[in-house]
Amino acid sequence: MGAVWSTVGTYAIVFSVGGALCALAELLIVRTKLTPARILVIFLIAGIALEAVGVYDAILKVCQAGVSVPIVGFGASLAKGSIQMARTHGFLGAFAGGLVRTAYGVGAAIVVSYIVTLVFSPKTK
Amino acid sequence: MSEKTNAVKQRNDRYNKYVDTVTPKTSIIKALWHSFWIGGVTCMIGQGIGDILAYTVPSLSQDMVANITAMILVTVAILLTGLGFYDVIARQGGAGSFLPITGFANAMASASMEFKTEGLIFGTSAKLFTVVGPVIVNGVVWSTLAGLINLWILGAF
Repeated sequence: MGAVWSTVGTYAIVFSVGGALCALAELLIVRTKLTPARILVIFLIAGIALEAVGVYDAILKVCQAGVSVPIVGFGASLAKGSIQMARTHGFLGAFAGGLVRTAYGVGAAIVVSYIVTLVFSPKTK
Repeated sequence: MSEKTNAVKQRNDRYNKYVDTVTPKTSIIKALWHSFWIGGVTCMIGQGIGDILAYTVPSLSQDMVANITAMILVTVAILLTGLGFYDVIARQGGAGSFLPITGFANAMASASMEFKTEGLIFGTSAKLFTVVGPVIVNGVVWSTLAGLINLWILGAF
């Protein structure tokens, strides 16, 4: 029974944290006229900064997918890869680490986008 | 002369008032709520995929679970984009539909599909990165910097 409630709690946290991040981004759009691309970059750099100062893992442990599915998680993943490879491979590793760690998702996105483009045609509006 | 500018000013004021009455009032609260629940549900789906993966294939490392989850989310989002369903979500969801990793994938796929008519090289392949390019560029630059700073601070001690 305890396991069920802890799962429900986790999903409630995931929902509210992920939702809150998106609502914050929406508020920025409505209030400040920032374009979506700028907001994506702001949240991305926030993720990189959180990982760089070392607090992201603690946040991830509590919020889980609530923080890793938004673009913040992508930034943190890039920074984590870069930091890890800098430690193991030295100076040059810092340049490769971010892309190596995120290559699964980015690679899938590029390949699937290409295939979908070949298969489907855009709706004529 | 001043009478003329006055008349113009009055006309502009009247026009602006008219525009205000005709523009639909999008309530901020409503937009925030839609972003909130659509973003939240997307994150819960991600959590669900991760939990199911970790439960069914216990040998997977935590990093690998995260990688496969991201790949599944991205693939589903791109397929929905191709079928034209993601637009329906995006119209309601606002930030809730572009901030999660699914929005990143949707931006790629929709740009690449939109420019299919300009050819596969200069259309699809070039325009694939029009929206996500800034994210990748800034991500690589700042994460490399984070790695270097980390290395040098660690090296100093």
